[in-house]
Amino acid sequence: MKFLEDHLPKLMLAPSFIAMLIFVYGFIGWTAWVSLTRSRLLPRYEIEGFIQYERLFSSLRWDTAFTNLFLFGGLFIVISMILGLALAIFLDQNIRAEGAIRTIYLYPMALSMIVTGTAWKWILNPGLGLEAMVQGWGFEGFKFDWLVNPDMAIYTVVLAAIWQSSGFVMALFLAGLRSVDGEIIKAAQIDGIPNWRIYSAIIIPSMAPIFLSAFIVLAHLAIKSFDLVIALTGGGPGFSTDLPATYMFAMAFSRGDIGQAASSAMVMMGVVFTIVVPYLYSELRVKND
Amino acid sequence: MAPILEIQGLYKNYGSTEILKDINVSIDAGDFLVLVGPSGCGKSTLLNCIAGLEPISGGTLSIGGQDMTHVSPKDRDIAMVFQSYALYPTMSVAKNITFGMKVRGVDQQTQDAKLKKVAEQLQIDQLLHRRPGQLSGGQRQRVAMGRALVRDPKLFLFDEPLSNLDAKLRVEMRTEIKALHQNLGATMVYVTHDQIEAMTLATKIVVMKGGVVQQIGTPAEIYNRPANMFVADFMGSPAMNLIPAKAVKNGSGNTIEIEDKTGKPIVLKDTSGRDLPNNVVIGVRPEDISEPGARNGKAQQEADFLVDIVEPAGADTYVVTSLGGRQVTARLHAETTAQPGQHQTLAFDMAKVSYFDPDTGLRLN
Amino acid sequence: MTDAVYSEARSQGQITRLVLRWLLYLLLFVFALFYLAPLFVMVTTSLKSLEEIRTGDLISLPRQVTFDAWRTAWASACTGIQCEGVRPYFWNSVLIAVPAVLISTLLGAINGYVVAQWRFPGANIFFALMLFGCFIPFQVVLLPMARMLGLMGIAGTIPGLIFVHVIYGLGFTTLFFRNYYVTIPAELTKAAKVDGAGFFRIFWSIFLPLSLPIIVVTVIWQFTQIWNDFLFGVSFSQAGTQPITVALNNIVNSTTGVKEYNVDMAAAIIAGLPTLLVYVVAGKYFIRGLTAGSVKG
Repeated sequence: MKFLEDHLPKLMLAPSFIAMLIFVYGFIGWTAWVSLTRSRLLPRYEIEGFIQYERLFSSLRWDTAFTNLFLFGGLFIVISMILGLALAIFLDQNIRAEGAIRTIYLYPMALSMIVTGTAWKWILNPGLGLEAMVQGWGFEGFKFDWLVNPDMAIYTVVLAAIWQSSGFVMALFLAGLRSVDGEIIKAAQIDGIPNWRIYSAIIIPSMAPIFLSAFIVLAHLAIKSFDLVIALTGGGPGFSTDLPATYMFAMAFSRGDIGQAASSAMVMMGVVFTIVVPYLYSELRVKND
Repeated sequence: MAPILEIQGLYKNYGSTEILKDINVSIDAGDFLVLVGPSGCGKSTLLNCIAGLEPISGGTLSIGGQDMTHVSPKDRDIAMVFQSYALYPTMSVAKNITFGMKVRGVDQQTQDAKLKKVAEQLQIDQLLHRRPGQLSGGQRQRVAMGRALVRDPKLFLFDEPLSNLDAKLRVEMRTEIKALHQNLGATMVYVTHDQIEAMTLATKIVVMKGGVVQQIGTPAEIYNRPANMFVADFMGSPAMNLIPAKAVKNGSGNTIEIEDKTGKPIVLKDTSGRDLPNNVVIGVRPEDISEPGARNGKAQQEADFLVDIVEPAGADTYVVTSLGGRQVTARLHAETTAQPGQHQTLAFDMAKVSYFDPDTGLRLN
Repeated sequence: MTDAVYSEARSQGQITRLVLRWLLYLLLFVFALFYLAPLFVMVTTSLKSLEEIRTGDLISLPRQVTFDAWRTAWASACTGIQCEGVRPYFWNSVLIAVPAVLISTLLGAINGYVVAQWRFPGANIFFALMLFGCFIPFQVVLLPMARMLGLMGIAGTIPGLIFVHVIYGLGFTTLFFRNYYVTIPAELTKAAKVDGAGFFRIFWSIFLPLSLPIIVVTVIWQFTQIWNDFLFGVSFSQAGTQPITVALNNIVNSTTGVKEYNVDMAAAIIAGLPTLLVYVVAGKYFIRGLTAGSVKG
């Protein structure tokens, strides 16, 4: 009885702990293991070394997907942050109807990426969407065919992703702007420092942790991006908008190449790991101090 | 009669750091024990160990004659008042007070009767339907006390219960707790970092530092005969003057020489006949340095001082001077004529002087 | 400086400020249009006939409002070979989301309660491991999970999907509750222990009544995540058990017959409506969940 009383908290944690060990860490281990084998349609368990990774990095399709990750991720993160910060600063100027405007900017975040993809796919449809509309206004020469242009299609994914997430970045930054000590700002105003300098020299530098958070969240979204590509371009035209996530999925479920699926998943894991682990480490350390 | 609380050889470690070392304390029914010390001295940890909220690493602990070393808090027959009051925020005052009885399955009638009695006793009967969030600090304090009182335990535990109150309320509540203790005849263990609270409330004080008990005694013993320089310095306000000095054997007594910044040392005579080492630290309470004739006592000895600072404090005036390289405070009448920069003759009450070993810090007499 | 010059300078400053102010509002308005445009286009397109879509333009209002596309999307649009609309899949999503949200929230509450209030050696390691679990790309667990669901005999079933969502939602629900409970003073638990209450009693009588805000945040977060999920849905479901996101994607990408854009849009709105509704009704909590999920601490 006393034993039960003392250990009840641990017992209550045990199911989640075991589930996590198996379904997160055990499964990562399994995937890592299989990525080192010659598995194709069925998993095999004899370790063969880095053969799958060699295949992966000599594959043209993976090359496109991996390059796209950095192209898409880089543009998505940078533009979302700039836009989010700008909108947050604009909204911080005693705007009337701020609440309503915030609600409008942020609602896309509530939607599924599939819904977002579907909507933009229709808008960007060259035959009936934006292009046709502008041409219909008399600009016969207007061309906006990014969705079906292999060189440009990836930028439509960037556009839709920014539409979906920039409002969220705005909300993060706005919360950050509001949390800056009001007395510091008052002191600067009394010193006669112009508004833009107060932002550039005092407020924004003090929001470094929020920049980091926003970066982590956006990077994480970028690496996981799967639904949006599937719904918007399906990875096409050709494989031009493939991302590691869609590559992995194609290998796992339509191409029956488990080895490639596992190794590409492990590369994704590696990218997330290098971004998130230092962040988590610093966060947890600060808390223990 | 067996002691109500008996702690023997208690140790507490967190990993490899020792928080409490070899604690031995026992108190009888009706005692008011105060654990006092600077923050980080382990006093709150010791209280949590008594409550059973922290497991102990070694030693034994008994309450009411029963071994409670490994018994969980609910079976120790204790009640506790916390620093933050720890009132259950979603429950009304009445529910806060009766929660413990409800958990223990006390019938509704008894609950109501006890609630009524305690509420009247603490004058909180008007507040019973309010939530803790709607109460002032003092009212919360009363509710927290009510929650403890209603349980009628063998032992009351208080963890710095007054430290969140403002100065005026703190003094009022202190008096009230003392009255409560006298009226109930209850046994209490009380943690505080405030030595005045310790002096005013306790029947027995435990002074702690670094997880080690420095001294156990009545307030008078602790105040008049501090066991070491730490206790001497910690208890009392303004603190006891600790002045480095030289002692020379002189017939049946000692001559005590204290360096003065004028260059001419002050010489005092100790006639108690004890042996003193060559280097000593003498401890004198400010009130034991006063105007000649202000106090009675056979052992009054006069000396001349250069006054540095005069601090009127209403009832008394403190005069600060410099002796043996230390600031020394004397407590004079409010109407004293002492002026900064002038000389003043003051009398030492040598009967009340403590002597300490400068190396070990321990009391010599 | 004469008074006239001075007041002129001042009024010039005022005019500049007024112009800047108008520019600011104009800019905010333009961005509002940017965010609203897709929703506007979706709604108007869904209310047009196919004929009008082909002849009209993207942003024109429907000349003749028709709900045919909505009826088709709800009850008879084709997702591959079946033509039952999104209705069965909408209910699949409900059947998946409701239990998964409830179970993961309850487990998260208990985990958070233990980690924050019943500290024991290793609790922090547990929490760190759990936190990292929030960030893994799910691709890394897809293959073994598919096999595991097969072994457990729930592959392609709704209970299987509930299971997956509970497991991978635990990290966030634990995080939410832990961060909430850690702000509640430990003395409260101590006081209750001295009062004689045990683990469950303290949770039930003291912590749960305090938890309404964080429960709302967690439920909204989990509901949004699970309702909007596509990866698990497309990986672990089969013909009859697909959630609505998968069905929507199938409708949009089905290659049979004429492309019915109005039906696509109606289906997309139906798929987005529940989470949109939650956002409109409880936006404050939705935002708090988003920021709590990103700013740890």
